[in-house]
Amino acid sequence: MENLISIGVRSIFIDNMIFAYFLGMCSYLAVSKKVTTAFGLGVAVVFVLAVIIPINWLIQKYVLNEGALVWINSDFASIDLGFLQFIVFIAVIAAIVQLIEMVIEKFSPALYGSLGIFLPLIAVNCAIMGGALFMVGRPYNLTEATVYGVGSGIGWLLAIVALAGIREKMKYSNVPGPLRGLGITFILVGLMSLGFLSFMGFSL
Amino acid sequence: MSTEVAEVKEVKTSEPLFSKKNRKLVTNPLDIDNPITVQVLGICSALAVTTQMKPAFTMAVSLVVVLIASSMAISVLRNTIPSRIRIVVQLAVIATFVIMVDQVLKAFVYDVSKQLSVFVGLIITNCIVMGRLEAFSMGNKIGPSFMDGLGNGLGYGIILMLVAFFRELLGSGAVFGFKIFESIGLTYPGNGLLLLPAGACIVVGIIIWVQRSLNGYRESN
Repeated sequence: MENLISIGVRSIFIDNMIFAYFLGMCSYLAVSKKVTTAFGLGVAVVFVLAVIIPINWLIQKYVLNEGALVWINSDFASIDLGFLQFIVFIAVIAAIVQLIEMVIEKFSPALYGSLGIFLPLIAVNCAIMGGALFMVGRPYNLTEATVYGVGSGIGWLLAIVALAGIREKMKYSNVPGPLRGLGITFILVGLMSLGFLSFMGFSL
Repeated sequence: MSTEVAEVKEVKTSEPLFSKKNRKLVTNPLDIDNPITVQVLGICSALAVTTQMKPAFTMAVSLVVVLIASSMAISVLRNTIPSRIRIVVQLAVIATFVIMVDQVLKAFVYDVSKQLSVFVGLIITNCIVMGRLEAFSMGNKIGPSFMDGLGNGLGYGIILMLVAFFRELLGSGAVFGFKIFESIGLTYPGNGLLLLPAGACIVVGIIIWVQRSLNGYRESN
């Protein structure tokens, strides 16, 4: 249990998707102009990561790893499908995102109304693919991987809502012309990332 | 005289690879239509791999290769792809080329490939590739698609090298791993802030500031 809390806190604050690895930066910058839309996208990312990471964990363990296909037939022990990792992961992500979209549309039209436009965008959000690839590089079991997925998503949500809040206030400040828009946003993200560095000293 | 006229006509119908319009496709993304600083595409890797110039260079070359190859492939296939499933088709094409690049990197420059870790794989979800395929290759012939891929790839590469140059020079006092300050007899302690993620964002912010002051591009807030 302690281990799980540690992984969760670590993925939210210390290994924050945005501030430590810059994953999902494109949509992070593009959709952070208003707090409400930023929150919508953030929730969608948490949701998708929470579903995708365990599924990709299972695929990595039972299909892609060297000798993983033994459960079908013991002759497959020498097969290593690791080189297919990228294409399998991205196909799974695209498929699951489509599936989630259809399920939400069927069972919760209200949620679909608020998340709808963001879901297709998520398939090409590097935070999802990056989360899946980082998960493979770490010795997690299924529960730990799920906690990691949810934690990374929450970290991303926090980061985008915080930036959107600051950008809403930035409208009222007098920024030099060439720096307006993207330039000042980058500097803001830099300063926020500096703030998040303070979590680095925590040992859990 | 008459042969000249015929030549001009032929130029108009088939349009050579280096016509004025096609050259614009290459030169525009280098400055006024830069994928990173103006179109805001492909930021993740621009920030994450630029602590040193060597991985940044490898990353830039890999992206140029993937972008050109997938641009041309999608351009050839564009009339056969049903528009409903085009995203998945594009992803499959990109992923194929990324796997090839990744295997080549692992085989020939293993240490750099280790340093880039997941970011080679993340070229698949790099918005530059998807964005250019969607915005350009789906509606253009193979020649212009090649030029567009080359231009955007180089535009991305230039910013990547620029960011990496400043971060490595000021952060650890070196260029391509060569200790510049020590070779001329000075000691440079190195500014650790630039090697942190925070430094990357601020360097990119300042590059955007300088570039926009020079070319006059303004964003309405």
